[in-house]
Amino acid sequence: MIQRDIQLDESGRLRHFLTTEGLKRQTLLEILDHAEKFTSVADRSVKKVPLLRGVTIANLFFEPSTRTRTTFELAAKRLSADILNINISTSATTKGESLLDMLRNLEAMHCDMFVVRHSRSGAAHFIARHVAPHIRVINAGDGSHAHPTQAMLDMFTIRRHKGRFAELRVAIVGDIMHSRVARSQIHALTTLGVQEVRVIGPQTLIPRAAENLGVHVYHDLQAGLSGVDVVITLRLQRERMTGALIPSEREYFALYGITEEKLAFASPDVMVMHPGPINRGVEIGSEVADGPHSVILEQVSNGIAVRMAVMSMVMGSRFGEGQEEQ
Amino acid sequence: MKLRIHGGRVVDPANGIDDNIDLYIEGEHIAALGEPPAGFSPDREIDAGGGIVCPGLVDLQARLREPGEEHKGTIESETAAAAAGGITTLCCPPDTDPVTDSPAVANLIRERAARAGKARVLPIGALTPGLRGEQICEMVILGEAGCALFSNADRPVVNTEVLRRALEYAASHDLTLLLRPQESWLSAGGCAHEGAVSSRLGLPGIPGFAETVEVARILTLVEEIGARVHLGPLSTARAVQMFGRARYDGLPVSASVTAHHLHLCELDISDFNNQCYLRPPLRTQRDRDGLRQGLARGIIGAICSDHQPHDLDAKLAPFSASEPGASGLETLLPLALRLVDEGVMPLPELIATLSWQPARILGIPAGTLTPGSSADICIFDPDHHWRLIPDQLVSHGHNTPLAGWELKGRVTHTLLAGRVVYRLD
Repeated sequence: MIQRDIQLDESGRLRHFLTTEGLKRQTLLEILDHAEKFTSVADRSVKKVPLLRGVTIANLFFEPSTRTRTTFELAAKRLSADILNINISTSATTKGESLLDMLRNLEAMHCDMFVVRHSRSGAAHFIARHVAPHIRVINAGDGSHAHPTQAMLDMFTIRRHKGRFAELRVAIVGDIMHSRVARSQIHALTTLGVQEVRVIGPQTLIPRAAENLGVHVYHDLQAGLSGVDVVITLRLQRERMTGALIPSEREYFALYGITEEKLAFASPDVMVMHPGPINRGVEIGSEVADGPHSVILEQVSNGIAVRMAVMSMVMGSRFGEGQEEQ
Repeated sequence: MKLRIHGGRVVDPANGIDDNIDLYIEGEHIAALGEPPAGFSPDREIDAGGGIVCPGLVDLQARLREPGEEHKGTIESETAAAAAGGITTLCCPPDTDPVTDSPAVANLIRERAARAGKARVLPIGALTPGLRGEQICEMVILGEAGCALFSNADRPVVNTEVLRRALEYAASHDLTLLLRPQESWLSAGGCAHEGAVSSRLGLPGIPGFAETVEVARILTLVEEIGARVHLGPLSTARAVQMFGRARYDGLPVSASVTAHHLHLCELDISDFNNQCYLRPPLRTQRDRDGLRQGLARGIIGAICSDHQPHDLDAKLAPFSASEPGASGLETLLPLALRLVDEGVMPLPELIATLSWQPARILGIPAGTLTPGSSADICIFDPDHHWRLIPDQLVSHGHNTPLAGWELKGRVTHTLLAGRVVYRLD
C-alpha cells in the first residue's frame, strides 16, 4: 500500500517532524536557515520572539532526558509558547491508562503540539497517525529509530564550521545499532550530499544491513578515521556490556575510544562531535572532549535554535515574515 | 437428507478429479461423484453457479482465543469465520489460558466447537506442561481427548534433552509433533526480520538464521530418532532448502507456510505498519520467492492461515509494543488463489495444499471428496472480485495487513457433514 509521507502536508510543507529520512534537501536546508536566524535571539536582552504566542506545547517524555527536554522547553519559551512538561514514567501509563487515552486528554486540553520521547521505535509515527489533524508532532527520540532534531543541530554545527557539505567525509563511531541519533544523522548527511559517510565499530554494534543506508562500514578505527573532516562519537550505553556485544569498557576504549593519538589520522582541521552525555574514558578521552577540535558544548546551544526553527516551521509560522520583536 | 450439487467444476486432488460433474450427498456423507447412486432423488439442490467445488479446507494452525482470551475471539466467532473462509477442519495451538495440556481443556474446546457446529476443531496438545519446556505432557491421554498434534506453540523447547525425549516418546506412540522453528535466544526481543528494513527503522531484529539454526537442531534429532515432525510455519528460503534435503533423505517430516508469508515481505512494514508485525517475521523478497518455490516443488505440503485474531487495542501501540499476528481465516483461500494467477502452481495442486495434504499430515480422513467420506465441502467463485474491508470480516479479529486489497475468489457455500454452515448472501 502506498502511503503519503505523514510528515508533510498537501503542499509538501513540514507538518510533523518525525525523521530526517525521506525529506528533501531543500527542507533540511530550510530548517538550518531558519535556525541561523534564531541564534541571535539568545543574545538579546529579552530572549523571546512572539511567533508561537498562544500555542500550547506538551513535552511528552516517556523516557528520562535532561538536555533534550530542557532545550525543547527553552526553545518553546523563546518562541513565547506555553509549555507543559509531562513526565510519563511517573504518570498516567503506570495507572494503566493507554497511550491513546492520554493523548485524547491532552487534545481535550487544547494542546497544539506534542514533543515526544519514547523508548519504542516508531512511537512518534504512531502518535502522529492517531492525533487530531490540527496537532503537530515532533519526535524527540523514538527507540533506536530517529532523533531528527539532534541530527539537525549536528548538521547546523557542521555547516557553521565547514561552510558546506559537499566535500565532507564524516565518520560516526560506536554503537550505531542502537543509536537513533546515528540513523537520523546518516539520512541527513546523505540527503545533504556529503562525499562519504562512514560508520566505525565492531560488527556487534553495526546494523546488519548498514550499507543499505548509504554508508561505508569500518571495523578498524584508524582506517575509518583516515582523512575524515568530522568525527561523531556516540554514547556507549552501559547496558551493552551485559549482552555480549563488547567485552569491556577497557577494550572498547582501546579499540574505538577517540584519543589525540587516533585523531591524528583524521584531517588536520577535524571537528569532534558527541550527542552527549559523554562517557569520558569509554568512547572519548578527556583531552579530546575538552580539546580544540571538540564542538560538544556548542552542539548544545545550537540545539535551542534548531528546535525553535523546527517548532515554528511545523506550526506553519515563518520567522522574519513581518513579525516584530517584542 | 439428499443433496445434489450441480453446475460446478469439481476438483478433488486426492482422486485426481477435475471435471464439470455433479456431486451427491446422502446424510453426512458424500454418496457419489458424476453419476447419481441408484435411486437417488435429491431433497435439495445447490447450484454451484460455475464455481469450484472442492474439499473443505484444512487449516493446520488457527488461534480461536478460547479459553482465555475471549475478548479477542471465541470458538463460536472464529469457527464462523472459518466457515466463511471455506475451512471445515482447523487445528488450534495449545497456548490457550489455561494451556491445552490436560484432557479437560481439550474436551472443553471440542465440546464448544461441536456446539457451535461451524467447523471441526482439532486441539493441538501441549508438548510440555504449561509450555514450560521442562517435562513432557500426557500425549497419549491428550490424543484420546482429540488432540491431533503436539506442540509447544511459539515457545521453543530450549532444553534439547527435553526435546529429544519428546520426540522419542512421540515416536513410540506414533504421534506427530508440530514445531515452530525459532531459536529462542536469537529471536528474543526481536520484532522484525533482521535486514534492510529493521536496520533502517531501528527495530530489534530476528535474523533468518534464528530459523535455520532451529531447523538444523530439529532435523538432527529427527534423523536420529525418526519421529514424525511437522515444521511450521517456515519463513526463510534457506530453511526450505535444508528442509527439502531432509525430505529427499527420507525423513518423516512435513512443513507449512502461511498465506501471508507467500505474499508479503519486510518492505510491507514501512513505515511501522504493525498489521505486518507477524511471527515469524516477514522476511525478504528472496525468502518469499523461496517459500513459493518450496510450495510449487512439493517440498512444503500445506498453506495455513496462522490466524491470530486481536482486539482493537492489541495493535493500538507502537510497532514493537503491539501484539504480533494477523487475522487470516477469511483470506486464506483468496491469497492462495493468487498463486494460480501468478503462475506459481495450477489450481488442483493448490487445492491439495489447502485440503488433502494438510489432512494427510494430520492423519485424518478429510480433505477429499471420496465417496463415503464426510461431506465437508467448499464451493467458491474463483472470479469473484472483492475488496477487503476489515470491519466486514466475520472474525472478531479485524487485524489484517490486507486492508483495502482487491482479492479474487470468494467462498459461496461451505458444507460441514452435509450441512450448509456458510452461504454468501
